[in-house]
This record gives sequence, structure tokens and C-alpha cells, in this order.
Amino acid sequence: MILVLAVLVGVLYAVGTYLLLQRTLTRVVIGLAIMGHGANLLLLLAGGRAGRAPIVDGPGGGAFADPLPQALALTAIVITFGITAFLLALAYRSWLLRSDDEVEDDVEDRRIARLARRHDEARRHDEDDS
Amino acid sequence: MLALLLGLHAVLALAAPALGRRLGPRVFLVCALAPGATAAWAATQAAGVLDGSATTQVISWVPGLGLDLALRLDGFALLMVALVSGIGAVIFAYSRWYFSPRPGLGRFAGVLTAFAGSMLGVVLADNLLLIYVFWELTSITSYLLIGFEDEKGSARAAALQAILVTGAGGLAMLAGFVLVGQAAGTYSLSGILADPPGGGVVGAGLVLVLLGACTKSAQVPFHFWLPAAMAAPTPVSAYLHSATMVKAGVYLIARLAPAFAAGHAFWRPLVMGLGVATMLVGGWRALRQHDLKLLLAYGTVSQLGFMVVLVGAGIPELTFAGAALIVAHGLFKAALFMVVGIVDHQAHTRDLRVLSGLGRRMPGVAAVAAVAAASMAGVPLLLGFLSKEAAYEALLHAHLGVGGALALAGVVAGSVLTFAYGARFVLGGFGAGSGQGAGGHDPVGPDVPRPAPAFVVPAALLAVLTVVAGVAPAVVDPLVGGGAGALDPAAGKAHLALWHGFTLTLGLSVLTLAAGALLVVGAGAVERFQGRLAGAPSAVGVYSSALAGLSRLADRVTAVLQNGSLPVYLGVILLTVLALPGLTLLTRTRLPGGIVVGESPLQVVVAGVVLVAAVGAAFAHRRFAAVLFLGGVGYGVAVLFVIQGAPDLALTQLLVETLAVVIFVLVLRHLPERFEPSVWRLGQATRVAVAGGVGVFVAAFSLVAAGARTAEPVSGAYLEQAVPEAGGHNVVNVILVDFRAFDTLGEITVLTVAALGIVSLVQAGRRPQDRA
Repeated sequence: MILVLAVLVGVLYAVGTYLLLQRTLTRVVIGLAIMGHGANLLLLLAGGRAGRAPIVDGPGGGAFADPLPQALALTAIVITFGITAFLLALAYRSWLLRSDDEVEDDVEDRRIARLARRHDEARRHDEDDS
Repeated sequence: MLALLLGLHAVLALAAPALGRRLGPRVFLVCALAPGATAAWAATQAAGVLDGSATTQVISWVPGLGLDLALRLDGFALLMVALVSGIGAVIFAYSRWYFSPRPGLGRFAGVLTAFAGSMLGVVLADNLLLIYVFWELTSITSYLLIGFEDEKGSARAAALQAILVTGAGGLAMLAGFVLVGQAAGTYSLSGILADPPGGGVVGAGLVLVLLGACTKSAQVPFHFWLPAAMAAPTPVSAYLHSATMVKAGVYLIARLAPAFAAGHAFWRPLVMGLGVATMLVGGWRALRQHDLKLLLAYGTVSQLGFMVVLVGAGIPELTFAGAALIVAHGLFKAALFMVVGIVDHQAHTRDLRVLSGLGRRMPGVAAVAAVAAASMAGVPLLLGFLSKEAAYEALLHAHLGVGGALALAGVVAGSVLTFAYGARFVLGGFGAGSGQGAGGHDPVGPDVPRPAPAFVVPAALLAVLTVVAGVAPAVVDPLVGGGAGALDPAAGKAHLALWHGFTLTLGLSVLTLAAGALLVVGAGAVERFQGRLAGAPSAVGVYSSALAGLSRLADRVTAVLQNGSLPVYLGVILLTVLALPGLTLLTRTRLPGGIVVGESPLQVVVAGVVLVAAVGAAFAHRRFAAVLFLGGVGYGVAVLFVIQGAPDLALTQLLVETLAVVIFVLVLRHLPERFEPSVWRLGQATRVAVAGGVGVFVAAFSLVAAGARTAEPVSGAYLEQAVPEAGGHNVVNVILVDFRAFDTLGEITVLTVAALGIVSLVQAGRRPQDRA
């Protein structure tokens, strides 16, 4: 229940969301990475207040910090890294094939929408005829 | 035994396709075993069941849902079984002669057998949900049977129409069943009828159930699917669309009416009103048809309306008359349809303008047709007359006020129409004078081949039964009385009688016959009058424009919701997150106590740095700048990890962040320096608003989640066991490589897959000129 961390998590999520809603793949990847940072902090925050590093017989005194959220966050850091690297490889390939890294509209979905418009026009045409 | 008979239907239905390849049309005789055995067994039970002791069988199926395989053979179920299985066996025998060998016949026989079993299930089931299951099975098998000639577009369209109308009604009925069942606290049909629940919710449920019954039994305004269903082979029409399936709705109304008609004010006006309207519309339309089969179809619609009026009133005498009509109609209408099938099979036409002199060519068939049609028209000494007399008598003494008088007038008018279209059927199909070769066709009749005797026997059997029961009511009286008695004990006391004396009832019967004869004499004038009325709005038109409208709506909704833009999809998902869990968070939870600003001043400062770096990453115009800001965020978070007491995380974070920045730089050196100016699809303001909303939501969530640590954490055990069990001092490491080692194995697998993907993307992505 540390206010400053909660605010920071909120800001990281907001920035991540904002970037995810962009069309440039690079910005999307950066957004995902920032959101990942937010998620890791959120895990840690859910573990309660700060404490001694969870190393038995280690230095320092006081209560241990909860080790379980730390283990979860450690896994999350590594996975986020894997996804980031993979998305960057996609951005690289997009650049190789098309010389940019824009996220295009789904061609198939656009086709469905076009079909609906054409049906509408055909119906209007029929009504004009009759 | 009841379940066993249902099982026999299922087994034969599954075996029929294979048998059909070997036996050809004779497969129908094998399949006839199922309804035949059922009818025979029911006959052995008849004595006890008609006295009022029902045979039951319960197999527990899904007890948690109140869904049992509860089967119950009472008097009314026995009456229905006599139709479903008795007439069913006759139809199967008839089918053996109707069909010539053709591919797909075995499949057809299988579906027909499956239908017979489903229909048997509907009338035997004693659980509302089980009724629904069998009910929908009859809809599905009916769909397959109507669309049997699947190379014809019209047959496919008719099949689709039938299943859409009856299926939609079936869904409404299911909702109604649930409402009624929940109010009653049981889904057992006999239990609900014994102790009917009341109240507004039950009323709404009953309306929904009636909706299902009316679609199935082709009541106005859902009647249009039934004539279209005549695209089915004639045995199907004779079985499903006259004797059995369309009576499922009548069956259900008959079951419910005695318990609910008096208690709900809407019931009688609604049910009897619809019935009268259906009877008149069907009869009127039947008078206009040239196709013998369509004429019968509209006639069936009309008769179904009649039955609904009778059984829907919930008055003992009317219930009795309704039970009599159900039996009479099953006999004469199935016979009439079989006659049409014979005519069609021999003459290859069913147009009464073309047919001429068939009566002289096949007098036996003509006699069957005349007897059956006369029974339908209410001519004395036939079963139809007895049921109609009973109906008039009961309506005259029903004490239903103005509504009852209107119902009586409607029923008499409908019966006049019935006489007229019955005569039109016989005279048009078998008379000498009608076939003038209308429409440029030569008259067909005198030289058609005669049907095989065995082809005529099934229809003749039903006609003989009609006569026998008409002359000697005592033959059929126990069945009708026992059936009606099972619905309403008071109804079981009535009896069929040939002669009531010179009463008003007899007068009405005479009036019906006389007025009907007038309509027959003046048939030409009636046709001209009807021709002038043609073009009125029809229920079919409403159906097709509703269907077209639905498809148009689906097109538009798809075009809006599935527009192909990834940001829009994501935006919708995020807005849903804000709207549903977000609202709950806002309204249902309070912030926990014990909130501190920060652990130390250093933490506040570092958090501020990370915050600035994150905002910088969002609004940077250059790619490298954005990546450097991202690196700043990562390193800052590593420091926050240290402050929080997580040195392992900080170490990992530092390594990963460095590696990530290196990869970014490797890729970005190929890409343009600046971001493309964004295309304003979603709008900058919308993006900022959605992002801000998500940020506030997550911040609030993190505070609430952190305050929810009320239970003892499981990590206490990890801390205690790390040294003795795993021999490690760093508990985080011990969790990763020992306590939760399989999770880590999964994580490594993910990384391996990602690495393989990256390698193949980079390798395969090379341009041709870069190779070699």
C-alpha cells in the first residue's frame, strides 16, 4: 500500500496503453515493454510493504519481503523480454518486406465490411429500379 | 419398457442407411418394426391405462438440473401413441410402395424412424426439459425430411423456413418451461399439473410456451411454414404434417389447458381466438388451391385451429370433443394425404384442373378419398361427424359468454369451409367434369396406370377404421374417453353418440352441411371473389422481410464491429475492462487503511524519474529517443526493486534491460529515424482518454489488491523450508529452481520457442539480393 508505487503503476499502464493503441509497430513494442514494467511492479506491490531481501541468514534485520511475488515477477521479466525480442524480429521482417513497420488493418475484415457496403448499395439499386 | 421402445427407434434409425443399400424401398418394412412394436405394446397396456393407472419409468439423467428421463404412459399419451405409432406403422408400409429404388432412401428411412421415436418421446415425456429435447428433435428430423430432395432450391428453402419458425418457437418455449418449472419447484409435468403454480411470472412463462406450441401447430400467424413444407415427399406430409408433429403443439396445449385456462384471464381469449382465426384462414385459403396437396395442407392448418379451440378451452366437454377430433383427424387426414401420394405417383400431377376421370380409373382410391373427405366434412355415420357433433354440443353449453358464442360461430363457419374444400378435393381430384385441361395442359385421367393393391391398402385401412368407428362409436369411445379423462377427470365421463335427438346441435350440423353444399354449388363465384382479394399482406411476406432485415443488420453490425483496425479492437476490449470490472471497483470497494506515501524519500525520487521517462517514451518523435526513455524506465524500475527488497529482480532487470536496448538498436538502425505522423483513425483524444482511464483503474486496483492481504501468505512455508529441504539460502532462487521448478521449465520453453521464431524470422526475411 505504497501510494507512490501505485501511482507509478497507473502511469506505466496508461503510457503502455497509449502506445499499444498506435499503429507503428515500434511504438507498440515499446508500449508492451512499459506495460510489462508496470505489471512487474504491480506484482511486487501486491506482496505488501518492503522488507529484508528474502535470503536466509543474509545481512540486515527486520521482516523478510514476500519472496513469492518476487519469483513471479522474475518469471514475468524474462517472458516480457522474450516477447519484446520476438516482436522486434517481426518489426524487422515487416521492414524487410515493406520498408515500414506500420500495423495494417486486417485485410480479411476490411473485405467483409466492403461486402456489407456492396450489399447495401445493391439493395438501394434494386429499390430504385422497382 | 418405454425407454426400450425409444431405444429400438434409435437403433433402427442408425441401421437404416446401411439396410437401405441392400433392401431398397423394403427398408421401410424393417423400420416399421419400431412403431409397430410400440403400437402393439401400447395395446397390451390399454386396458389398465385407460382405467386411469399410468405406466411410468424414470431413469435419472442430470439430477442437478432436475432433468430425468421420466416417461409416463397415461390415457392421453396412449391416444397419442395410437396415432404416432399406429398411423406411423401404416405410413411406413405405404412408403415401401410410394418410393422407387433411389440413392439416399436408407438415410431417409432412418430419419423418418428417428422422427417417429422423437415424436413418441414428446408424448411420453413427463419432464418439461425432456419434452423440449424431444420437441427439438422432431424439428430437426422434420427439417431433414422436408429437405430430402436437396437438389431442389425450393425444398431447401421450405426446410429452412420450417426449422427457423418452429425452432424460434421452441426456444421461446424452453424459456417458458424454465419460468414455469422454477415457479413450480419441479420440472415434472404431472407434478406441475397436479399442483399448478400461479402468478404473473407463470403467466409470462405460459405465453412463451404457447408461442412454441403455436409455431409447431401452425397457428396464425405462423401457419405459413406448413404449406411450404409440402415440398417433402408425400409420406412425410401424411405422417408429420397431418397426423403427428403438427399435433405436438395441440398436445401441449391440451395438457396445460385444464390446469391453467381458468386461472389466467388471457388464456381463453388468446388460445381460442388464435384457434378460430387459424381455422377460418386455413379453410379460406384451402378453397383457392389447385394443388391437391396444398389444398390438404391449408385444410390441415384449419383443422389444427379447430383442435386448438377445443383442447385449449380447458372445459371438460370441449376437451373430450378435442380428443375425439385428434383421433378422427389423424385417421382421415393421413388417408387423404396417402391418396394424394397415390394420384401423384400414378398420374404425375396433383393439379385438380388437369386431373379428369380418375374416379372411374381407380374407383377404390376414389372411395377411400370420398370416405375420408366426408369424415372431415362432418357427414353422418363417420368418425368426423361424431367429433364435430361433440364439439358443437360442448360449445353450445360451455357458458363462455360472448366469447363462447363467437367461438361457436367461428367453428361453424370454419366447418362450412371444411365441407366446401373437402368437396373440392374429391370432385376436383376424381370427378369427371373438372378436368378441362386448364393452363394449356391436356387432361390427365382415363389412361393412368392403376396402383398396386398393396399401395392402396394402408389408406383403405384408415378409411375403414373411420367408417367402423363412425357407425359403432363404442369401438373408439374408450380410447377417446380414457384420453380425455387423463387430461381432466371430468372429461372422461362424456361419451360419443350417433344420435343426440332433435336438438340445436343437430340443427347446426344440418346448417353446416347445407351451407357447405351451397359453397360447392357456387364454387365459381367464390373463386372469383377470392381472386379479387388476392394481394393482401401475407405472413410469408413478413417472414421473408424479417429474414432479409436480419441479414442486413448482421452485415452492418459486422462492418462496424469487425472493421479490421487493431487499435479499435484493443480500444473496445479496454473500454469493456473499464466498464465492467472498473465500475465494480468504483462502486463496491473502499480504499484500505494503512496507505503510506513511500518507503523512503529515495523511492519517491526514483519513482518520479521513472514517471518522467515513461511519459517521454510516449511522446518522443524519434525512435532512438523513445528507446532510450524505455531504457530509463527499465533501469529506474531496477532501483525500485532494490528499495523494495528484491535484489534478484534488480539484477535480472538490469541484464534484461541492457540486452533489450541492444536488440532495439540493432533493429532500429534499419528503420526511419522519426515515427510516421499518426493517421487519425481513433483520434488522439480518444487514445489519451482510454489510456488515462486504464491508468486510474490499475492504480486503484493495485491499492485495493495490496490491501487485500488478509490471509497468511504461503511464502512463510517457503522461507522455513528453503534451507532444510532445498539447501538454499536465497529463497527466490529456491522457489524458481526447486519448489516451482516446472514453472521455470515452462518459462524456458517459451524463451526457446521465441528464440526459434526470431531466428527463422530474421533468416527467412532476407531479401533475394542479400543472399549468396
